[in-house]
Amino acid sequence: MARTILPFGPQHPVLPEPLHLKLTIEDEIVTEALPTLGYVHRGLEKLCEVRDFNQMIQIVERVCGICSCLHALCYCEGIEQIMGVDVPRRAKYLRTIWGELHRMHSHLLWLGLFADAFGFESLFMQFWRVRERIMDIMEATCGNRVVVSVNVIGGVRRDLTPEQCQWIEQQLAISEKEIKQLQTTILSDYTVKKRTVGKGVLTKEQAYQLGAVGPMLRGSGWAQDARQTGYAAFDELGFEPVVEYDGDSYARCAVRFRETLQSIDIVRLAIARMPAGETAANVSGAMEDDTLRPVGGKRGDIMQAYNRDKHHRITAAPPPNFDIPAGHVAAKVKGKPDGEAVTRVEQPRGELMYYIKGVGSKNMDRVRIRTPTFANIPPLLAMLPGCELADVPVIVLSIDPCISCTER
Amino acid sequence: MLETIPVTIESVRDVAKQCFDEGWRLVTLSAVDLGEAGFDILYHYDKDLVMRHYRLTIPKETVVPSISPVYFAALLVENEIRDQFGICFADIVLDFGGALYLEEEVRAMPFCKVSVAQKQC
Amino acid sequence: MFNMTKNVVTNLFTKSSTRLYPFAVRGHFEGFRGTLLCNIDECIFCRTCMIKCPSQCIAVDNKAGTWACDAMACVYCGVCVDVCPTSCLSMTKEHRPVATEQQTIFLQGTPKKKKKDAEAAE
Repeated sequence: MARTILPFGPQHPVLPEPLHLKLTIEDEIVTEALPTLGYVHRGLEKLCEVRDFNQMIQIVERVCGICSCLHALCYCEGIEQIMGVDVPRRAKYLRTIWGELHRMHSHLLWLGLFADAFGFESLFMQFWRVRERIMDIMEATCGNRVVVSVNVIGGVRRDLTPEQCQWIEQQLAISEKEIKQLQTTILSDYTVKKRTVGKGVLTKEQAYQLGAVGPMLRGSGWAQDARQTGYAAFDELGFEPVVEYDGDSYARCAVRFRETLQSIDIVRLAIARMPAGETAANVSGAMEDDTLRPVGGKRGDIMQAYNRDKHHRITAAPPPNFDIPAGHVAAKVKGKPDGEAVTRVEQPRGELMYYIKGVGSKNMDRVRIRTPTFANIPPLLAMLPGCELADVPVIVLSIDPCISCTER
Repeated sequence: MLETIPVTIESVRDVAKQCFDEGWRLVTLSAVDLGEAGFDILYHYDKDLVMRHYRLTIPKETVVPSISPVYFAALLVENEIRDQFGICFADIVLDFGGALYLEEEVRAMPFCKVSVAQKQC
Repeated sequence: MFNMTKNVVTNLFTKSSTRLYPFAVRGHFEGFRGTLLCNIDECIFCRTCMIKCPSQCIAVDNKAGTWACDAMACVYCGVCVDVCPTSCLSMTKEHRPVATEQQTIFLQGTPKKKKKDAEAAE
């Protein structure tokens, strides 16, 4: 019985972020796994002492790039709870729409990485190509592709015009067709099943007692999702979680895939039911005169705009340009937060919890962030012993590790 | 304000065992530095989407019993609180000894308002 | 078993999906936060943008009448644009071009005289 100690990570082709696991293996079976964290620790919680509670929104968004809008949403809800701010209904629906779009792009990213974990690189590219369409929707409506910065305390910074809503629905219809085309490959392919069925099994009791959250918990048979608590517009829209019962990597993959399709339906429902709202008049200026240039650096040549046809090929027509509606959809906020609040939001990876404490000054006393991957690492340490070495990348990736969330 | 149930150092582990038997899930622990008054450790539990919070207020330099024998999920959080605030936990199932985030040459506790020196416990 | 074949064959016989950057460049949608521009003539040097900036990249001196922004520390969140009282800050949709050295935008304007001094001078 040869016993070896093998380092997994911090750099590994399947890991999107650095995580170090010290694996003790005996003849290719893993017997023990010890984690080492701290490769991307940025100390963002401590920044609350020098940045005031409005600036913290941008800090908190940058805890994770993939689910940034939901971090900002949880933080804003916490402050709104402390200060007793009433968010307009339209803003709640807008937050839901952008949150679900984030969930879709995160799950598509993960599905691509998961396919890459067992070497299926062309499926990886197919999933990321679908994801590009969702990123275009975010760019057109929020102003940025990844870190969208659209939540403020009291509401949101941007509004959606009816043309934009129609365009979003068209793009989602195309995306849904493309995702369904990939369904047979990711869920019924012989090779995919051989690499994922029965690997990394977490039984129902184990998942609950070890504190797993999100698709790990729902893949093992528990119908628990923070969206059932009814934050943002979910109390009016209603919500049923997606559940699988096998508890292995295949079940978690199936949960995430079905949640992607479910998110498309939620966005459509939210757009259909969105109430007309008042927008606060806070006009951002538009530059008429473009002779002012920043000093240094040549201004680039004329950017040719390209659009994509139904096969995602480039044609020369420009992308649809929308008039950006001026003004925030937000309630007025006065005063400084004083008190404590705990809020929970469902991130793509699981349940995110914020504990915020304010003492009546413009800097918060404590912003404590408990991210889902932080809660999913102890179950990972319990799942790894007993599996084969070749399955370790697939199992580690099936928890959806977002290590920059874990060590903010 | 948040509704919390106060606990004492002696009863922390018994409360955890009771919650475990009743089917509550540990969400996390939060530590707050209260300055002169010491530290505040909050235990957040969840069951069926309802949350329950327990508050433990301790003066500085106390050793808190760990709940990781009951809840395995607590080990990572207790190690992190050890690194950030310098609060020592007794009998953590997997103890990093203050080396989860910090290196050996770090002397001051990062999150404390008034710097507290690294403790060996 | 051959679920992806149709996809693969379609891809083989159609044009490439990638574009030949830098000869073909993708434009951005309207409302994309690309570059921060300041109309220094309208600026009243109230320093609201400096106070509200999350990354603290704007430096305003109201005595000397200067507005400087560290273009590489800026995260292009647009909070300064929202809070500016005279709407002299705006964002265009083009990216800043690629640069090889530290970029600071430095603009010099005339500081506004207080009303009392202006009347005393007349």
